[in-house]
Amino acid sequence: MLSPVIPFASPLPRPRGQLTPGDPAGAFPLPAGQAVGVPTPRDFASLVDPTGEAPRPTEQAVTVPTPRDFASLVDRKAAVPLPDTPVVFDCEDVEVYYGAFRAVRGVTLGIREHQITAFIGPSGCGKTTMLRTLNRMHDVIPGARVAGRVSYHGIDLYAPEVSAPEVRRRIGMVFQKPNPFPKSIYDNIAFGPRINGIRRKAELDAVVEKSLRAAALWDEVRDRLKHSALGLSGGQQQRLCIARTIAVEPEVVLMDEPCSALDPIATARIEELMRELKSLYTIVIVTHNMQQAARVSDRTAFFTTEIDAQRDRRTGILVEYDATSKIFSAPSDERTENYITGRFG
Amino acid sequence: MRSAPVRSIDLGARRSWRTTQSALMSAAMVAAVVLVAIPLVAVLWSVFARGAGIVVRAFPAFFTQTIPMISRKAGPGMGPAIVGTVLVTGGATLVAVPVGVLGAVYLHEYGGSGSFARLVRFMATVMTGVPSIVMGLFIYLVWTMNFGYSAFGGALALACLMLPIVIGSTEQMLRLVPASLREASYALGATRSRTIVAIVLPAALPGIISGVLLAIARAAGETAPLMFAVGAATAYNPRLFHEANTSLSLQIFGNATSAFPAAQDRAWGAALTLVLFTFLITLIARVFTARLALKRSS
Repeated sequence: MLSPVIPFASPLPRPRGQLTPGDPAGAFPLPAGQAVGVPTPRDFASLVDPTGEAPRPTEQAVTVPTPRDFASLVDRKAAVPLPDTPVVFDCEDVEVYYGAFRAVRGVTLGIREHQITAFIGPSGCGKTTMLRTLNRMHDVIPGARVAGRVSYHGIDLYAPEVSAPEVRRRIGMVFQKPNPFPKSIYDNIAFGPRINGIRRKAELDAVVEKSLRAAALWDEVRDRLKHSALGLSGGQQQRLCIARTIAVEPEVVLMDEPCSALDPIATARIEELMRELKSLYTIVIVTHNMQQAARVSDRTAFFTTEIDAQRDRRTGILVEYDATSKIFSAPSDERTENYITGRFG
Repeated sequence: MRSAPVRSIDLGARRSWRTTQSALMSAAMVAAVVLVAIPLVAVLWSVFARGAGIVVRAFPAFFTQTIPMISRKAGPGMGPAIVGTVLVTGGATLVAVPVGVLGAVYLHEYGGSGSFARLVRFMATVMTGVPSIVMGLFIYLVWTMNFGYSAFGGALALACLMLPIVIGSTEQMLRLVPASLREASYALGATRSRTIVAIVLPAALPGIISGVLLAIARAAGETAPLMFAVGAATAYNPRLFHEANTSLSLQIFGNATSAFPAAQDRAWGAALTLVLFTFLITLIARVFTARLALKRSS
């Protein structure tokens, strides 16, 4: 999708026979008033060389966008104050280790019910690691360890008497790459209900239809439920994975960059789906796409990396966590502002 | 966009050391393939040339009649040996496949890099290198000395040979199952055992089956381990656990080393039968895995 206009620090080498810089005929036409405001398709038009002869824009020609670029996307939310729904996850000073390597440290945040919480930040900042902490997906990785307290509706998720499979049944997860089972579409959806003891065919049929409808996939696959799920397109596969997740009726849906492998149309459908599912579930989404976070989320947590001098390794930290409208219009931390304006990251 | 100014470009092929080198390497590779193919074709040719006549002249009696008691007498057949081969390899499969597949599941899914799993994996690798006659001797001591000759003794000896192959190929196939499938299953609340049974094993099944059938085809032709355990029968013996039996490989060995031309002819016939038998197993394996792959992609 749209990305912030990138200042061309070093202009690309010019083809031979081009106009010299400063020549008014070759000057890059920058429409006034476009530097600030909603990114429209025109933003891209301005990046495309209209004549094939004009020199590439230079640094002086492009203004660095301000945080206001995103404000327009979240303004409508800012008008209505965020409701203080009950806290689902309460993380206190969470640290995650892979062996001796500390991937994240000192994360304290509360995730609220029936809201979409987005985790954003540069690569390696621990967004995904934090997400996987929320449904105990680290248990299956040898050497991974969680310290600190993660409570779910007041229950310590990492208490010895808590069963990880039960946690994961209540807290579902959609992965970055669509990962349907090499089975039929029907069996993909029915797998979860089956392991939870639903055996009767009529009941399974109903769950399959309901889940596929909720994931806006039913009309596309109703005639080929018995066909392999691997024959679906990438966007359909990802919606199938969402349908599979909600088939077990979870309370929370965690999404790990669910649109990174999809085209803009499929992304739009999944974002639409997230907004619809919000009334039923609590959603936490990790995304690299800031516009996506601004468009869909209610609250945003910005993570970044910090060099751990003692161990000489990078550790992820939580910088700022607030209402999305605030993060994208008036972030209180300079690092957040630098990141969302594209000056860093 | 205006296209770049046209320059004169020569796209024609040019002779250079590079193209010569490429031609030389291609020739060397073709030569290597031919060298490999010569013994293969020669073996098949001699087996068919000498065996086909024997089998066709007495068809289908060669496959159904019992083996002549007096080996210098000319004539069919190899019926008991075919039944014996099916019994011995079938029995070996029944022993080796469940143990091997379950063992591989333990090694890959539970044992991981623990010291016990590493020891077992090491022993399995060592077992691959043990000469088959040593396996036969071992079964002779452990089984045949106590219970006498039977097809099952031979099956046990072959199972010892198949076991490391089955463990190795199954573990390899389990390793190929993507971690994302396991994660998807865990994320739906499945336990580890459920994930293995419902997701991992079905995903690895085509590979496991072809590994197993390869092991069967290899075991079917073994002679040495059977000599101690199976005995030498000339009549039909369909019982797995009782009395001496025979097999195609044993008949090939026995008849080929005989002084009588009639017996040597029977050995060629048995050799052709064994080649066809393993060919059939391989064919079934191919069809089966192709079917599975098709079902998946449709």
